[in-house]
Amino acid sequence: MEPVLNVKNLTMNFGGLKALDDVNISVEKGQIAALIGPNGAGKTTFFNCITGIYDPTKGYVEITPPGKRPERIKGLKPNHVTEKGMSRTFQNIRLFHGMTVLENVMIGRHCRLNSGILSAMLRPGSQREEEKKVVSDSYEILEKIGLEKYVNEMAVNLPYGAQRRLEIARALATNPFILLLDEPAAGMNPQETKDLDDLIIWLRDNEDLTILLIEHDMKLVMSLSDRIHVVDYGKKIAEGTPEEVKNNPDVIKAYLGDESDDA
Amino acid sequence: MVTKKEIKQSVVIAFWFMLLTFPIMVIKVNTIKNEVIFRWQALFWTGVGTFFASLIWNYFLRLKESKKRADIKDDVPTVHRLLNTPQFRTPFLLAVGVFFLAYPFVFPMYHTSIMISALVYVMLGLGLNIVVGLAGLLDLGYVAFYAVGAYAYALLNLHFGISFWVVLPIAAVLGAICGTLLGYPVLRLRGDYLAIVTLGFGEIIRIVLENWSEFSKGPRGIPDIPPPGLFGIELGQHATVIYIYFIVIALVLTTIFFVNRLENSRIGRAWIALRDDEIACQAMGIDKFKTKLTAFALGATWASLGGVVFAAKTSYINPMSFTIWESITILCVVVIGGMGSAIGVIAGALVLILLPEYLRAVAEYRMLVFGALQVIVMVFRPDGLIKSVRKTYKFERAEK
Ligand SMILES: Nc1ncnc2c1ncn2[C@@H]1O[C@H](COP(=O)(O)OP(=O)(O)O)[C@@H](O)[C@H]1O
Ligand SMILES: [Mg+2]
Repeated sequence: MEPVLNVKNLTMNFGGLKALDDVNISVEKGQIAALIGPNGAGKTTFFNCITGIYDPTKGYVEITPPGKRPERIKGLKPNHVTEKGMSRTFQNIRLFHGMTVLENVMIGRHCRLNSGILSAMLRPGSQREEEKKVVSDSYEILEKIGLEKYVNEMAVNLPYGAQRRLEIARALATNPFILLLDEPAAGMNPQETKDLDDLIIWLRDNEDLTILLIEHDMKLVMSLSDRIHVVDYGKKIAEGTPEEVKNNPDVIKAYLGDESDDA
Repeated sequence: MVTKKEIKQSVVIAFWFMLLTFPIMVIKVNTIKNEVIFRWQALFWTGVGTFFASLIWNYFLRLKESKKRADIKDDVPTVHRLLNTPQFRTPFLLAVGVFFLAYPFVFPMYHTSIMISALVYVMLGLGLNIVVGLAGLLDLGYVAFYAVGAYAYALLNLHFGISFWVVLPIAAVLGAICGTLLGYPVLRLRGDYLAIVTLGFGEIIRIVLENWSEFSKGPRGIPDIPPPGLFGIELGQHATVIYIYFIVIALVLTTIFFVNRLENSRIGRAWIALRDDEIACQAMGIDKFKTKLTAFALGATWASLGGVVFAAKTSYINPMSFTIWESITILCVVVIGGMGSAIGVIAGALVLILLPEYLRAVAEYRMLVFGALQVIVMVFRPDGLIKSVRKTYKFERAEK
């Protein structure tokens, strides 16, 4: 299988702190891969580095959009990375609070549309067509994610779990082929987590998506993932199927922590 | 009801204020007779006034708190609710239309002239609203583009005899170009830094206009700027004012029309997204820099148009018309009216500009009143007088 995301020797220094140290991760097409590790291990930093929000100190990031040749994306601006088909959600929910739920999703469509200022002011037929289409497309996405009852609500007024799902809907609107989810189940109750589990599998199967997720809920990670990558203190310490990772002594040590060392 | 605690608090505040304002309220030095007068009754009135003001303040705060707890969602401003009810919409708009149509014929010229100023501020406010209210870029040098428009008309007319109607589109383009040129270097800055740099830029423009006499005639300014022409017909003074009034009305309507369209377009949504969360906005595939630049350039376009009208109306301009206070007044219009809300900005402009004109007492303390208003609005209505409401969409399929 071809990797659609290939990251080599990724290193990120914040002053003296090595938040990422020579990390190699590759994700294959159609996989649900997980990136796990204790708090502060550098998982979010990994996402920020490959999506262009941070410019990594060193390393090599390559994506392969469907039907295209591999492209290097290190150093690209976040909006260009998204345009190329890699989209993400945020751990600390970052919705546009001054907008309705539908508009949040419409923002995701932005990079797939092209009407500019003049056409917004003059509203020629092409702009009206485009506008109509973006509204119905966005509504369709909300239906898929199960948020259609909130269409015209302001995004801030949504319950927490729905806000997390809206983040996914918004990312989906950019037409990605690979989706990066940063702790999508954080703060969800068991029922919401279960629904999320179903949603992620549905997305992989029906939307032809490759998914890389960061998650702390081990039950969710173990049931969902085809492959798990483990980082600790910015270093990758293990990789494998859920079974392999579960029994890896390094992983157990990283999770059970230093208490065993100190004792 | 008023609690004991509140009364106690108000008493403390009253005493505090009496102490604080003692030097200015009580002591008066008569330099001619070389004596100091103590106005003790002023102290008393300060105390009483502050006491009751504090009680009222607390009352409204409590009112606001209880309202917030009651229901958060259902706080669409009354104006919007009226505009969305068909029975009210037509009569309401009709009434507003008739009022503004009849205005210059009913009221004397002086009032028409004041209304023109207010309407120019509506234009400026709506333009700045794009920059500050929608795109979230704090621009304190907005007046620079206003000056660009005014001087464009004055100078082009002086040297080449170009008429108002020809200058109008030229000034719009010039404003957009200036906005882009300035925006290009400064829009890499954020928040406070952007505010400081734009403030500096506004002042630079004014200082250049003041000192580059060969170009701008310096502080003496440019007199005898002709009013807009009407197919070569000579208009009397009163007729000219009425004519300009209707031109401004037309421009304001055009502005509202375009701004409304922009707000609910791909670009307009991108501005709001940028204002709400820059990082998420970029991660959603929006080019941050380009989006900011369009907002900045478009805001400048309207400022420039406003400048042309201003020059045509006053027939005399000099650099003193374009000080930092002008920028701040326009910013107050936007913030007090309601950031991002076109109706709010219109209301803000009418209140803030007409109030000082008709209440002479207010005019003297203009900035003080603006400041106080700002504080009151920020405490009680943080979204402005009339806050913005986003467009809602209907879906038939939602029924199934
Ligand atoms: N912008 C930044 N500047 C400095 N340090 C940072 C920055 N972002 C993250 N870090 C540090 O990098 C480390 C990894 O953080 P993060 O990637 O958020 O961890 P997590 O695995 O919990 O998502 C932490 O020690 C954090 O303090
Ligand atoms: Mg994290």
